[in-house]
Amino acid sequence: MTTAAASTAAIVLEMRDLSVSFPTETGTVSAVDGVSLDLAAGEIVGMVGESGCGKSVTGMSIAGLLPGSARVSGSVRLNGTELVGARESALRRVRGREIAYIFQEPMTSLNPVLTVGRQIGEVLQIHERMSRRAARVRAIDLLTLVGIPSAAHRVDAYPHQLSGGMRQRVMIAMAVACGPKVLVADEPTTALDVTVQAGILQVLRDLRDRLGTSILIITHDLGVIADIADRVVVMYAGRVVERAPITDLFAHPYHRYTAGLLSASPKPGRHASTTRLAEIPGLVPVLSTQPDACTFADRCPAADARCRDSAPPLEVARGGPDHLAACWHPCATQTQEANR
Amino acid sequence: MARYLLTRAWQSALTLLLSTIVVFVGVRALPGDPALALAGEDRSPEALDAIRRHYGLDQPLPVQFAQYVERVAQGDFGVSIRTGTPVSSMLTTALPVTVELSVLAIVIASVLGIGAGVLAAVRRGRPAEWFANALALIGLSVPHFWLGLLAILYLSVATGLFPASGFVPLLEDPVDNLHHIVLPAVILGTGLAAIIMRQTRSAMLDSLSSDYVRTAKAKGLRPRAVVTRHALRNSLIVVVTVVGLQLGGLISGAVVTEQIFGLPGFGKMTIDAVFQRDYPVIQAVVLLTAAAYIVINFFVDLLYSVIDPRIRVTGDPA
Repeated sequence: MTTAAASTAAIVLEMRDLSVSFPTETGTVSAVDGVSLDLAAGEIVGMVGESGCGKSVTGMSIAGLLPGSARVSGSVRLNGTELVGARESALRRVRGREIAYIFQEPMTSLNPVLTVGRQIGEVLQIHERMSRRAARVRAIDLLTLVGIPSAAHRVDAYPHQLSGGMRQRVMIAMAVACGPKVLVADEPTTALDVTVQAGILQVLRDLRDRLGTSILIITHDLGVIADIADRVVVMYAGRVVERAPITDLFAHPYHRYTAGLLSASPKPGRHASTTRLAEIPGLVPVLSTQPDACTFADRCPAADARCRDSAPPLEVARGGPDHLAACWHPCATQTQEANR
Repeated sequence: MARYLLTRAWQSALTLLLSTIVVFVGVRALPGDPALALAGEDRSPEALDAIRRHYGLDQPLPVQFAQYVERVAQGDFGVSIRTGTPVSSMLTTALPVTVELSVLAIVIASVLGIGAGVLAAVRRGRPAEWFANALALIGLSVPHFWLGLLAILYLSVATGLFPASGFVPLLEDPVDNLHHIVLPAVILGTGLAAIIMRQTRSAMLDSLSSDYVRTAKAKGLRPRAVVTRHALRNSLIVVVTVVGLQLGGLISGAVVTEQIFGLPGFGKMTIDAVFQRDYPVIQAVVLLTAAAYIVINFFVDLLYSVIDPRIRVTGDPA
């Protein structure tokens, strides 16, 4: 557990050219198109984008949780072991033990008819072969770990008897029960009050520090990203459009879409009464094909013929080797404008 | 939990009292004079008066009701106007037949229906679902009496595998009893299974697409555990409701099956009583049917609270 800080360079999860498409009545819809991403041990990576940009699908596809109709290609390696196309039984051993999930709505994500202790214990019973009694004792420890007071009492509670924040802590306790290497948190704070949000993010940070878990946090909330993430991946219409360390991204967004996202978030000192929040015109396109063009071109103020002819690669932008953007016309000089 | 039970028990008792009143008044409101029906050839006013006096029919209604409730509370349902036998002894021969038939039918229906429903939901869009759906459609659309007749024709008359009719009490000869009742129970059960299957399937499809099932999968649970512990458990409220309603309906509704297989059950007793305007018997069977519904409903409510902890708190199904 203490080696987490020392081995930050070690890559735990390696995603290469991951693509996901779904067959529909009107043709194949591409949800994720060529996403590559590394997750180092103990690292928190934020994945941000609008609804429908493919971030949740990316998260679900890591442990093969997508419905059977999904067509997944590319590669996801956990400590070198390929997960895409792996057998269901092999994936089951990974799920909950090495890769765990936290979902958005803790009320519906927990089973209403089982006690929280039972639901946490279940993971330990399958993966650690614990007895039901031992699992219950460990569940109490886990509830304490995620900051639930009087855990010995709460372990026998049903989800409806707990508050929203408590429920999400239960979800986290369940997720970290087996000390997973990777935690995928899909909008973990979206359904919660702002004050409760801060508490949940603190729990996640503590877990990273104590257990060395790598966390992929999926959200549309840049505030959450700014609060917790070490690095950020910006997704748009199924593609990664920008990838950067947290401070670089907020200081110098290169992609026009990222700049748009940032200027669409309220900032202290820039009041709604003086300046209207900038919004990005148009909607996220539904990709029935993978167009050979920049997917953002139709909404981009700087788009030209080149943007509509060829898709820009994700390249090292001018900021440094860790800062990548997929844009023909990065807004290097306009960052001040975008940030103002 | 205790409070929930008390509330439900109290509600059940009240419902039972109300149904007693409705039954009593309802039977009195039926057209036709029982004294006239009983008198036969001798229809002189004196003879009719004597009959009315003998059966207490000359008393005011409230008095009749009070006497009735008092007797029923002691297990005395009066004497059949037609045959002169005590209604309670008629019930002790008829009820066990119907109860056994109903329970057996509902067990068969539940096993088949829940099993096929779960299978159809889990194997959605695959041959297993089409097969289960087709069977359910057949089970729903083929009338029992016809299926019963076919069964008698091929399994009793032609091959002699099962007796075509008759009944042997369970305590007299359990094996022979089962031999007599299995065929009608299966016939009765298949139709019910179809309804249970449809309801189970749709409830399971809901549960299987829920967030908590996704969580269960993300935990690395085996499909079997995901389906039974998580999805089915949450679908049981619907299933228990259907099964409870069906069981209540069977107590009085197994008439056709009883008739076809010549079972001396409750349904046959009811039909005979209605045709002969046998007031005490009608009152008894209707009251017992109502009581059966009330008791079954009480147990269904009890099961709800066992299945879903949220009901224990609010006192109402969520």
